[in-house]
Amino acid sequence: MPDKIVGNDFGPPKAGPKDGLQGGSPHKIVGNDFGPPKAGPEGGLHGRSPHIEIDGKSYPVKAGDNLLQAILSLGLDLPYFCWHPAMGSVGACRQCGVIQFKDTDDTQGRLVMACMTPVADGMRISLQGETAKGFRAGILELLMTNHPHDCPVCEEGGECHLQDMTVMTGHTFRQYRGLKRTHRNQDLGPFINHEMNRCIACYRCVRYYQDYCGGDDLQVFASHNHVYFGRHEDGALENEFSGNLVEVCPTGVFTDKTFSHHYSRKWDLQTAPSICVHCGIGCNTSPGERYGSLRRIVNRYHGEVNGYFLCDRGRFGYGFVNGPARLHQARSAEDGPLDARTAANRFTATLKDAKGMIGIGSPRASLEANFALRELVGAERFYAGIGAVEHGCLRTLLGIVRDFPVRLVSMREAERADAVLVLGEDVTQTAPRLALALRQAVRNRALAIAGDVGIPRWQDAAVREAAQTEKSPLFVASPAPTRLDEVAARACRAGPDAIARLGFAIAHRIYPEAPAVAGLTPEHAALAAEIAEALAGAERPLIASGTGCLSEDVLRAAGQIAAALAAKQQGQPTGVHFAVPECNSLGLAMMEAQALAHACQAIESGIADTLVVLENDLYRRADKAAIDALLEQAKQVIVIDHTLHETAERADLALPAASFAETEGTLVSSEGRAQRFFSAMQPAGDSRDAWRWLGPWTRIDDLTRALTELLPVFGEITGCAPGAAFRIAGQKIPRQPHRYSGRTAMLADIRIHEPKQPEDADSALAFSMEGAANDRPPALNPFVWAPGWNSNQSVGKFQDEAGGHLRGGDPGIRLIGDGGGGRAQWFELPEAEAASSDALRLVPLYHIFGSDETSMHSPAVAERAPHPYLAVNPEDAVRYGLAEGEEVELTTDVWLPVKLLPGLAACVAGVPAGLPDLPFLETASRPRTPNKPGENTP
Amino acid sequence: MDKPLTRNIKPDGSAATLAEYRAKGGYEGLKKVLAELAPLEVQQQVKDSGLRGRGGAGFPTGAKWSFVPMGEDAPKTKYLVVNGDEMEPGAFKDRLLLEGDPHQLIEGVLIAAYAIQANIAYIFLRGEYRVAAERLRRAIAEATEKNLLGANILGSGFSLDLRLHTSAGRYICGEETALLNSLEGKRANPRAKPPFPQVSGLFGKPTIVNNVETLCNLPHILRNGVDWYKRLSRTGEPGTKIYGVSGRVKRPGAWELPMGTTGREIIEEHAGGMRDGYRLKGYMPGGASTDFLLPEHLDIPMDYGSIGKAGSRLGTGTMILLDDKTCPVQMVLNLEQFFAQESCGWCTPCRDGLPWTVSLLEGLIAGRGRPEDIETLQRLCGLLGPGNTFCALAPGAMEPLQSALKYFRADFERYLQPKKVSGGAYA
Repeated sequence: MPDKIVGNDFGPPKAGPKDGLQGGSPHKIVGNDFGPPKAGPEGGLHGRSPHIEIDGKSYPVKAGDNLLQAILSLGLDLPYFCWHPAMGSVGACRQCGVIQFKDTDDTQGRLVMACMTPVADGMRISLQGETAKGFRAGILELLMTNHPHDCPVCEEGGECHLQDMTVMTGHTFRQYRGLKRTHRNQDLGPFINHEMNRCIACYRCVRYYQDYCGGDDLQVFASHNHVYFGRHEDGALENEFSGNLVEVCPTGVFTDKTFSHHYSRKWDLQTAPSICVHCGIGCNTSPGERYGSLRRIVNRYHGEVNGYFLCDRGRFGYGFVNGPARLHQARSAEDGPLDARTAANRFTATLKDAKGMIGIGSPRASLEANFALRELVGAERFYAGIGAVEHGCLRTLLGIVRDFPVRLVSMREAERADAVLVLGEDVTQTAPRLALALRQAVRNRALAIAGDVGIPRWQDAAVREAAQTEKSPLFVASPAPTRLDEVAARACRAGPDAIARLGFAIAHRIYPEAPAVAGLTPEHAALAAEIAEALAGAERPLIASGTGCLSEDVLRAAGQIAAALAAKQQGQPTGVHFAVPECNSLGLAMMEAQALAHACQAIESGIADTLVVLENDLYRRADKAAIDALLEQAKQVIVIDHTLHETAERADLALPAASFAETEGTLVSSEGRAQRFFSAMQPAGDSRDAWRWLGPWTRIDDLTRALTELLPVFGEITGCAPGAAFRIAGQKIPRQPHRYSGRTAMLADIRIHEPKQPEDADSALAFSMEGAANDRPPALNPFVWAPGWNSNQSVGKFQDEAGGHLRGGDPGIRLIGDGGGGRAQWFELPEAEAASSDALRLVPLYHIFGSDETSMHSPAVAERAPHPYLAVNPEDAVRYGLAEGEEVELTTDVWLPVKLLPGLAACVAGVPAGLPDLPFLETASRPRTPNKPGENTP
Repeated sequence: MDKPLTRNIKPDGSAATLAEYRAKGGYEGLKKVLAELAPLEVQQQVKDSGLRGRGGAGFPTGAKWSFVPMGEDAPKTKYLVVNGDEMEPGAFKDRLLLEGDPHQLIEGVLIAAYAIQANIAYIFLRGEYRVAAERLRRAIAEATEKNLLGANILGSGFSLDLRLHTSAGRYICGEETALLNSLEGKRANPRAKPPFPQVSGLFGKPTIVNNVETLCNLPHILRNGVDWYKRLSRTGEPGTKIYGVSGRVKRPGAWELPMGTTGREIIEEHAGGMRDGYRLKGYMPGGASTDFLLPEHLDIPMDYGSIGKAGSRLGTGTMILLDDKTCPVQMVLNLEQFFAQESCGWCTPCRDGLPWTVSLLEGLIAGRGRPEDIETLQRLCGLLGPGNTFCALAPGAMEPLQSALKYFRADFERYLQPKKVSGGAYA
């Protein structure tokens, strides 16, 4: 084929100097040959924002945008498929064609793809011209030649972007009479269904999976109209963010397999604004309920936190709400199941009889629930339900955030970082959404390179082509290999102490007043210099760390680097993000309760004989012997939780609590952002809000207010979302869409009387389909839906601009970490670890599927979790004479098979963190020597 | 008649050796360039010569080069890429040059690379051109041995590393940006323009992609001068052109003739006229992706402007003839099957529109056609037209169809007659 196209995206060449590229060289031309190049960032020709004329009406647009972004940002409708606000334009689907006129005299114009055309001041276009409309209907008609008419049995039906766009273009009559091409589908694992016959080949899935997430096991195969999007063979999609394919795919090729098992239409789901409870990032979610069970989780757009994307743990980890381990009914150790009233009376009586009681809170319970327990037992007898080492880490973390010149960054800010150090944390496993943000951060260099030759940042394929493999520097220092290594400038493997010392050395290199580190290895000294140079030379450096190493020194090192950078930048605070283990780890830490060990002492010393445990399995928090002793010594143990775990099984009284999907409260994310979640459904069985078991409050707003009054650090959390009294034109906000079906018949097989809809005194949301349809505050918006936009793409109608912030402000109130911390004292250097020749230092290795307690109750997540293992690197294995698969005894009666992990730091043994079958291991401190069969227990 | 491009091509089909090439003044153009001209002066001469790209689009070569960043601030790495992926049905002109005179191409590459100051050049060669590949390898080795390639060529300080890449075989690889993707080891999907390859081409670096025949013109232009080059032509468009004819003529083949030779002269004099018993019904002047013209157009000079005015394109200059015994509908179906198969699958109109076109034509021929099908075909010609698709493949595919609908509509409508005519009127 001849090299025909010398023109641009508008099609054929415009040969000859007269009509060709206008003077100068094309590397200056960002626009097309219609009018001037795109306006600079300072605005249009007259120093104001550029204006374009659409169908005769003038609109202001944002310089640098493409036409599609601009048109959608104005609230106008234009169909599209391949473009995605987070992934930019590639011009593949040709659906967003509009007519562009050359000048005021031009009446005919020519067709351009809006997504590939930069806006320019004075530009004239038509969306509604017959040519444009006819073209768009024609493209849709072509897409539909192969698309099956299986909407009634397709799980995308009712929230399908393709359906919406078909209606929008007006393609209603089918002329194509030929056969449709068919494909074989694949088993893509427990999360995702695959139905390739529905594919319209928009290429979003591979662009998302490969380019955005760095996955390499979803590809496009073959060519022409046989293009196939799948894996090279059947098998689970490996990437941690595969679930977003469900939302990225504009039709029903990729659908949620866990949802399939108890499917319901979007319009039949009752939903509420919620917050993910499976890590500390605080992604916004929309859980959907039908017939009393939680059916699925979808992303709820947040302009600062999660944007369009969740991780697979967050999306598929909801099974515990409906799962077999769910505690539906109160039970006592003596009498077995109890009805709710008896249980409440028994609880009250137990508390009355108590000779002192203590409470153990939880990092996975809301601020309100923890506060309710704290009020019940008294502040000094309220303990944080976390292990000593984690407790120490969180206190150190909080100290750094408060006292150091640091700013806790959101995911959107993290994406803007131009140099990143990940210190001691495997963020892909512990704070997945942060890892996804860091993958975008390394692209800033690519955007800069492309910008230098005039390629707009949204022209995705061209940006990638121009930049090739160039990346902004990202460094990873961690005990074990991480998924981010592949985009890192350098990855370093070391044990926690060496990581901390490396960090201190980096701080010293950046700002010599920070104490120097003696005795670094030459490699670490060189690495410290390289990292220091990259961070100090960056405009927006970011330090990502966390509690993953269970090392306070690692956190101090991160703080030290941040302080050194701030000192170099005249006190301008440094961007940091510390991953924390659970959804309210930071909130609980801010309550300043003592660690679990003190609770044990309190019971042991006899100050109290009654123990109330809130939403916590203590066996995950400390040594089994210690917890056994605690539960034995306490005369009465009351556990309030939604799940029956070992602690609850051993309780004298277990009270069923509402899960996150059934209750309301406030969580503080690792960004320091307090966010409100709401109940999507009625509590299962006899369960009720944990705080209702604990105290006298009748409405959660009263409790929240009491909390803010007593603990001023939380003073602003009432601003997270409007309170229960909020109304829009006198109406509450319905949790059910206006097309919710079967309400009067849902229980007709049980009794014919239509039950009254439950009242919700705690929020401005209603368990109803009636209520305020518009102007919902973002924090109270249960789902996105707009006229003509039934799919999740309707979120554009709720944003201030395409891919921007939610109109009305992104929800949540940042409580800490706004860079207020002044110049801190430099931390002292940790002692170098004494070389112990024959001991391995145990470090926890995290797994997105496996390390989180609640998500492991979802069969799909459990299927992806690893089996317990003890990881050593091959060299250490030789040293200890260990072979792959060989069972070794780690501590009394804990036998683990050896797994050889190339790249694991030397003298380190990794054990998977938090696996249900694995007992609690105090991984941080003592070095150990694994025992082989026949040897003595250490 | 001067035939600079093919003067070394031997009747036995063997390749001209380096010695043979040099004996006739080969590499003199290069020597002159390296010794006497600055890169921008070479660019200016080529601009002045009026040379237009011979790959099909006819874009002025000098103008194409002028968009490459030059000078101190320009990126250090630039590429010159030879488009030798001659896969247009009906085209075999580049093969003639590649097999017969590989050194001519190498000299052209050297001049072009010098003009844009590229130090690495690739020849992207159609996979089936095994003979050409072998001869190019030998020629590259000969040239390297004589320091005509490699470091510090002939002591000039200019270096060029020339590499041969043989394609895995897709028509779309002839589209210059798809070619670049393929060369990078990616799917051969075209890229959006802008950015143009001159700004971000191969591996994101400034790149020029030129056709084989285009490059073969350069040594002669530089050696003999612009005025000589302009005099070669019969029309305002300079130089010679390799014209080809395939179809039911007495002597199918390719000939180097002055630019602007008429179709009649090419068919009747050089191809020996139609075979006995066949009459010319129409012709595609520039290969399979150009509009049909009719016998009444035969006296139009075959150059870019004149053929363009007549409603078609000069394309590669290799004509495909339609005779009166061949059904135009079936011929178009054959072409559309090719284009549908070769669509890369990236943009909707091409990926899904071409199979529909095929299915309509198949239905028509099989007697399942409906009157509105012809309207649908007409509509698809517009929907898949220039500007609507990502690259030129689908618009090119629509050119034979839209012109067949214009000139041979009766042949389409005949298939709608109640009495089914197997094979149309042409069986």
